[in-house]
Amino acid sequence: MSEEAPPKIMRRKPVTDHPMSDLLRIDRFPHVWCPTCGLGTVVNCLGTSILKTPEVDPNHIAVVSGIGCAGRGAGYLRFDSFHTTHGRALPFATGLSLSRPDMKVIVFSGDGDIVSIGGNHLIHAARRNMDMVVICVNNFIYAMTGGQTAPTTPTHARSSTSPFGNSDPPFNLPYLAASCGATYVARWTALHVRRLQKSISEVLKKKGFSFIEVISPCPTLYARLNNLGTGLDLMRFYHDNSEINNDADLKSLDINFKGKIICGKFVDLDSPTYRDRYDEENEHILGDKFIPYDLPDFPHISSNSDKEKIEK
Amino acid sequence: MTGKIKQIKTVPADPRGVLTGSHYLDGDHAAAEGCIAAGSRFFAGYPITPATEIAERVSARFPRIGGIFVQMEDELASMNAILGASWGGAKAMTCTSGPGFSLMMENFGLGIMLETPCVLANVQRGGPSTGLPTLVAQSDMMQARWGSHGDYEVIALVPDSPQECFDLTITAFNYSELYRMPILIMMDECVGHMTERVIIPEADKIRIVPRRYTTESPSTYLPYKADDDLIPPMPPVGEGYRFHVTGLTHDEKGYPVMNAATQKKLVSRLINKVKDHAEEIIITDEKYMDDAEIVLLSYGITGRVAIPAIEKAREEGLKVGSMRLKTVWPFPEKRIREMSKHIKGFVFPELNMGQVVLEAERCACGNCKVVRVPHAGGWVHDPEVIYDAIKEAAK
Repeated sequence: MSEEAPPKIMRRKPVTDHPMSDLLRIDRFPHVWCPTCGLGTVVNCLGTSILKTPEVDPNHIAVVSGIGCAGRGAGYLRFDSFHTTHGRALPFATGLSLSRPDMKVIVFSGDGDIVSIGGNHLIHAARRNMDMVVICVNNFIYAMTGGQTAPTTPTHARSSTSPFGNSDPPFNLPYLAASCGATYVARWTALHVRRLQKSISEVLKKKGFSFIEVISPCPTLYARLNNLGTGLDLMRFYHDNSEINNDADLKSLDINFKGKIICGKFVDLDSPTYRDRYDEENEHILGDKFIPYDLPDFPHISSNSDKEKIEK
Repeated sequence: MTGKIKQIKTVPADPRGVLTGSHYLDGDHAAAEGCIAAGSRFFAGYPITPATEIAERVSARFPRIGGIFVQMEDELASMNAILGASWGGAKAMTCTSGPGFSLMMENFGLGIMLETPCVLANVQRGGPSTGLPTLVAQSDMMQARWGSHGDYEVIALVPDSPQECFDLTITAFNYSELYRMPILIMMDECVGHMTERVIIPEADKIRIVPRRYTTESPSTYLPYKADDDLIPPMPPVGEGYRFHVTGLTHDEKGYPVMNAATQKKLVSRLINKVKDHAEEIIITDEKYMDDAEIVLLSYGITGRVAIPAIEKAREEGLKVGSMRLKTVWPFPEKRIREMSKHIKGFVFPELNMGQVVLEAERCACGNCKVVRVPHAGGWVHDPEVIYDAIKEAAK
């Protein structure tokens, strides 16, 4: 037996707080999402991206959601957050973004909300290159209301309103967004957490209309109605059937039932936003008489209370 | 009964936006000037006859005064955009007419639920459906009251002239900040397209109610904790409050709590914050009321059409008074009920088949006659028809 001193145990600082707790409304947990639903992963990716992007002050982020499972996102994210009506997150965000160009406005909502009832707003917000980030979580179905057909439901997939299989073709979202003028377009699945985080970090630093589609498992409705197993099985499916191709032809990004999912960052370009064009056009004609929109008057509290420990 | 609105200090209007002087303007353009004078620097609109001219004038004026105009893809979007802009801190307005008003109703309700100050002008035309795009009606008055689903109270102001379009638009913005809710200006095609002298006062004569922001710190602030007057102060966006608001039934924290008790508390407050301040909100224009045995109730253009009928009846010795409602919602319930006990009857011409008159009938409780003077719209009443109705009330 040697007399050697026992090796020193390196003690890590005890973890008292979840690293994301400043960005989540912990007081609202447990959330409404089902076990193995992909929404928690997407929220986590958004939070992680924000933590990893020091250029963006969390106090200057606003989250706007519509209605549905993904629409509950705004309720769990601890930013200035707005849970609006079905389909109307984008026009609400348009008003917020135009009135407060100092804010980074993130629309966090689902495929039914953004692409079906809110489809008109999507194409116009993209056309105008409104300064906002859209995270469209696509689970292929209306989950909150019990599994009805969405404009993203693959042809032949079953839903509660197409019990014998969906006869409609689904939207190809990256192609739709890009053709309308989105200046950043990406698609990832809930399995591609690091790539999704990287994409979100990129768009947080970018001006203009950014659209990220996230394919996300719905174990309770989409998977069950189509005998696709659990959320974990869907993750395995993404692992085996998704392919990353940043240079893919946008037209080829359709998703067939049980088919390949092509992911990637398809579009990333710089183009003037609505505000840039509005200012430029008016200044061109009015010259010195043009007065650009300025921030409205509001009390500045955070400058005095930066140090204040905000109660969680 | 709740406490009176906290004495809020008003500020003079920003002179950059005020075209002080005497102008020859139509009602739509006057409303646009009212919007600008009230300090609005955000406008979202969608073209529709006969309201388009409001958006047109604003779009031409805004770039010179630091405003931002956006023509949205539809009226659903316009209504939402002004809600978003208002939360951003801007004073925001949109305008529309019948069909667009229907489309805005869902998110007007969101504005009520989130308690968002903003202004919506409806230049009424004949309906239902596409109806009479270029011709007058006052047939959206009940839609204004009940058009969005659920239980709530509204504030609706009705101008009778371009001058009042200017004045009441400023009042609407001030009410929206005082009561923290969307305010309706129920114009009509006639008033919107009528051109008259409009006097725009000097900027320091126009009093503006600034937004009531919270004085609480982010750690103690609750977005829906109302003051004694039932109105919760607002949080500034981007200042670390990290607040949440939702169209779901919510508690003081703004978090969804879906049960009967929270629903009762919230809906009661949304209703009472208007009902309890009705006396302060209701504005009327009254004439010959001291000796009135018959009271002619009216609003908007119909109030002016009724003047010859009232004068003629008074010349004949009939004691007719006129009470023109500048605030139709909330309805002056107490006044009408009290009056009904002492007079012979009310006469109520409207450019619809009988909408606000139902309120007068309800409030009169059968104490006196209530004579309806309906009109399907497309044109204004013949004053003779109103005169005949006065005679009938006098019988």
